[in-house]
Amino acid sequence: MFVTSAYAQETAPAAAEGDTHAGTAVPAAEHEAFPPFDAKTFPSQILWLVITFGLFYLFLKRVVMPRLGAIIDVRNDRITQDLDHAARLKGEADAAVAAYEQELAEAKANASKIGQQASDAAKADAESTRKKLEAELEKKLGEAEASIASIKAKAMKEVGTIAEDTTSAIVEALVGGKADKSEIAAAVKSASR
Amino acid sequence: MAAADKVDPIHQFQIHPIIPLHIGGYDVSFTNSSLFMVVTIVLASGFLYMSTAGRALIPGRLQSISEMAYEFVGNMLRDAAGKQGMQFFPLVFSLFMFVLVANLIGLFPYFFTVTSHIIVTFTLAILVIGTVVVYGFAKHGLGFLKLFVPHGVPGLLLPLVVAIEVISFVSRPVSLSVRLFANMLAGHITLKVFSGFVVSLSALGAVGIAGSVLPLAMAVALTALELLVAFLQAYVFAVLTCMYLNDALHPSH
Repeated sequence: MFVTSAYAQETAPAAAEGDTHAGTAVPAAEHEAFPPFDAKTFPSQILWLVITFGLFYLFLKRVVMPRLGAIIDVRNDRITQDLDHAARLKGEADAAVAAYEQELAEAKANASKIGQQASDAAKADAESTRKKLEAELEKKLGEAEASIASIKAKAMKEVGTIAEDTTSAIVEALVGGKADKSEIAAAVKSASR
Repeated sequence: MAAADKVDPIHQFQIHPIIPLHIGGYDVSFTNSSLFMVVTIVLASGFLYMSTAGRALIPGRLQSISEMAYEFVGNMLRDAAGKQGMQFFPLVFSLFMFVLVANLIGLFPYFFTVTSHIIVTFTLAILVIGTVVVYGFAKHGLGFLKLFVPHGVPGLLLPLVVAIEVISFVSRPVSLSVRLFANMLAGHITLKVFSGFVVSLSALGAVGIAGSVLPLAMAVALTALELLVAFLQAYVFAVLTCMYLNDALHPSH
């Protein structure tokens, strides 16, 4: 009976291939053929399979697959395009950042240069002021020294006259009479040396 | 067992003519099998056609399924047979979709499973092997026979190895077709038997109804398994097709 062969398959579904052969041999002999092995149905099945599968193949090849291929290609193109676009935007952003950084660096360099210049100028200014003051002081010192020297010379000269006068007065008082003026001057000179 | 007769698990595989047709002494009637072949290709083509009608840049669910199937088979073929193999993409894609949809339709109760008949799977297998042989000879001429002569085999062993290679090549259409056919047949018989248990047990009264929960749970689990098998067998059929086509493209191992 069919049932027994089916039960045999049910107990060992893993070994289905062997079982179907074993199971079909029995009913084929005593009953009408097991349907999958009934050769009477083969021509019809082959013919209709060829017709239906042929149509299916042609439809897929002509209509469905070009369409699916086109959909996927368009999407891939779009993705590549978008990726390119994104890469370009990223490049632009990077360039902007680089430009900004360069400007920043330039500005920094400028600022430090200006600072340097200002400090140099201030230094130079201070230096020149100092030099001018020093020169002035030097001049004043020179003048003061000159006036001291002239006063000193004048005083020294006056000391000589006073000494001569005193000497001549002392000589008059001691010796009486007048002493030769030029002799006195020579004597004072030798004494003051 | 008397009750089991009512749920004959083989009944689902019977073929009966809907429109009788005889040409040249052959019975080529439009049968329930033919009807479900038509249903299969109409459903598969209809789904692929409608789901992609929008050509949406961002695919919806249905379009995603079509694209996934397309790219899945495409990658499979490219991995197995390289860029040259892509000329067989329509063949492999149609085979995969046909087998998959036929398997899935067969899972509905009362629906006929086209792929549970060996002549159908065998015809598809012959189509594949025929393509391999015809293309192989057309492209490589007698060089295609190098397929049977592996490199680096010592001369003494060569006749043996060649014999083995020839036998393995000849058995390919058989194994390719029997694998799919037997999986579908066995799965559907098992499902039917367990469902039959549920019916016969529940006829036995309260105890039987309580007991029928077990085969019912089994039938549910088996349905899930069969869903997996439906996908898996379509995948296996397509993968093996890709590998055989690779032989046609590159016969020397």
